[in-house]
Amino acid sequence: MKQQELENKLEQIKDKLIGIEKKSDTRIYLDCESENAPDVCRYLFEDVPLRFVIVTGIDAEHAFEMLYHFSNDETGTVVTVKAFIRERENPSIESVAPFIPGAEWIEREVHDILGIDIKNHPNLKRLILADDWPEGVYPLRKEVKQ
Amino acid sequence: MSWKMWSLKKSPWVFHVNSGACNNCDIEIVNCLTPKYDIERFGIKLVGSPRHADALLVTGVVTKQAKPRLLEVYRQTPKPCVVFAIGACACDTGIFRNGYHVAGPVDKVIKEEDPNAIVVFVPGCPPKPEAMISGVVKALAALPA
Amino acid sequence: MKTTKEMHKPILAVGPFHPLQEEMEFYQLTLDGETVTDIDVRISYNHRGIEGVSETLQFDQVPFLVSRVCGICSASHPLAYINAVEEIAGITAPERAQYVRVIINELERIHSHLLWVGLGGHFIGYDTVFMWAWKYREPVLDILEEITGNRNNYGNVKVGGCREDIPDEQIHKILKDLDDIEKNTDLLIKAVLDDPIIHARLKGVGILTKKDAIDYAVTGPTARGSDIAIDVRADDPYAAYGDLDWNVISQPEGDVFAKAVVRLLEVQEAIKIIRQALKKLPKGPVAIEVKEIPAGEGCGRAEAPRGETFHYVRSDGGNRPVRHKIRAPSFVNVPSFKASCIGEDIADVTITLAAVDPCYSCTERLAVVDSHSHITHTYEDLMQLSRRKTERIKKELGYTGLKMEDLHIG
Repeated sequence: MKQQELENKLEQIKDKLIGIEKKSDTRIYLDCESENAPDVCRYLFEDVPLRFVIVTGIDAEHAFEMLYHFSNDETGTVVTVKAFIRERENPSIESVAPFIPGAEWIEREVHDILGIDIKNHPNLKRLILADDWPEGVYPLRKEVKQ
Repeated sequence: MSWKMWSLKKSPWVFHVNSGACNNCDIEIVNCLTPKYDIERFGIKLVGSPRHADALLVTGVVTKQAKPRLLEVYRQTPKPCVVFAIGACACDTGIFRNGYHVAGPVDKVIKEEDPNAIVVFVPGCPPKPEAMISGVVKALAALPA
Repeated sequence: MKTTKEMHKPILAVGPFHPLQEEMEFYQLTLDGETVTDIDVRISYNHRGIEGVSETLQFDQVPFLVSRVCGICSASHPLAYINAVEEIAGITAPERAQYVRVIINELERIHSHLLWVGLGGHFIGYDTVFMWAWKYREPVLDILEEITGNRNNYGNVKVGGCREDIPDEQIHKILKDLDDIEKNTDLLIKAVLDDPIIHARLKGVGILTKKDAIDYAVTGPTARGSDIAIDVRADDPYAAYGDLDWNVISQPEGDVFAKAVVRLLEVQEAIKIIRQALKKLPKGPVAIEVKEIPAGEGCGRAEAPRGETFHYVRSDGGNRPVRHKIRAPSFVNVPSFKASCIGEDIADVTITLAAVDPCYSCTERLAVVDSHSHITHTYEDLMQLSRRKTERIKKELGYTGLKMEDLHIG
């Protein structure tokens, strides 16, 4: 869809967001709390609709962040949902794989490398770490590297 | 010269193992079969099972997941055999040295299983087919009788 | 002890003991009779922890690392990363650099698609196609070696431009080499697309419906073969693609043949793009100096031969990325294999997977397991089944297919 229509549709989900950051016409970031992330993603994937790209998990020290990247191919716009998981001791977030099958693998990967529990994921088995990799060691967490 | 060593040096059958590579080395190995290089005219053949192999062409850094598989393949390969570590990753883990999932390099992993293993290094990223053929030929000529 | 499901079926036995019997393969398929009913996947073998390594390198060292994510997309990954970093820094590389980037990436697309055609041919028993396709890759790799110094892993892009220029004196020779490449690849493409055996073997096989393609978020020829005409070069133009005249190729059928058509026609488009870029190559510097990367975040993408390569980079103003997410196109394309393979005949498994174009060594790790996780068919077995199906089709059609003599290729 065209840029104006896209921006109008994003406005409609504003009540679930902390804020909308427009770095440029083609790079838009939607900040939200982790509890609202699945609803926002579902809206973007099914209602807008946008193409799912990937999820980036980040250990940002003050919080864990899950960035769900979507693309509006007609305008080349990347819309990123930036979800904050404030609970650092046992980070968790609801899975989006039930309605976005393409997210199944990346959620497993984030679980492997950052230890974020993905609730209600259809198949949360180990994906990329070796069979004998120790449990509880998450390679991309900050404390592991220090 | 033992009969086995003579046939290994004359016409080595090789089995390719990818232990965690980006595929560049693997593709250059397959390139050696194509008309421009055509290693089959030297008697070098890629076989489908380590049980038929005289030499292993190992690419990749040897990831933690691939390590047991690589060792199993090594055990299955009849001895004497030559292990060729193809590419910078296999020789010395290359640019992945700091990777958390890296168990290699190849010679360190193979020598845990067999300290007397014969490991030959063919560096490059990836080594050109000419370099690989040259490396294999030189190494075989240098093998003891 | 290897078990065969039905003793009367002539399945090639690998031996009394398969050496990798107890090993978990990359893909494990389960069967009901001859039909695939489920797939499980394990992708730990190639995991080198690249995103972790990236955080230990400086911004200008990372292109060398990401070039080696996958050997055949070794121009696309660094370019996507650099697009992200240049977005954070708010800089644009000089025009000449943008054109050089296009030329390198399109040359990569040609040799990658030819590689695929060769592998596809090999899986269905057309080793002539394999040999010719890989023979015609070589001149493309030679051009890349002349420009960048390496057949693969070019190391050509950097933040702010390109590391090597294409000297004007070289342009004439490259254009001439391109003419020869075009002549040979056109013949090969025509031979493949006109062959009735290939039609019978690949049409209607491994269909990925448009709905599944959207649900699995596939990109590249996997998507364009299922009527989804997306292409980062057109949708979110980078480098000089916005200045050049070319077409996005898509097909509606969603089967393996449609994906083959997309890739083959893209080779012809790529040649067209390179010619334009060489002729229009603007004068000027091929790089600007970049001193530091400010704090910020950026999303960079590039259309690799396999689809959209997406890199997310976060900087805190220091020398190294604080976070670098790398999404190769195969990461979303390969899971769609589940949708296109379930319900298919076991003889079509290798070619259905190949149609997604994952890494070559990923396809080596394909096996069928029974309910006790014992391997019943290895990769070699599946290849044999695929080739036998082609032979059956040849007999049915009473045709001998491609002959080298018929191609009249020099």
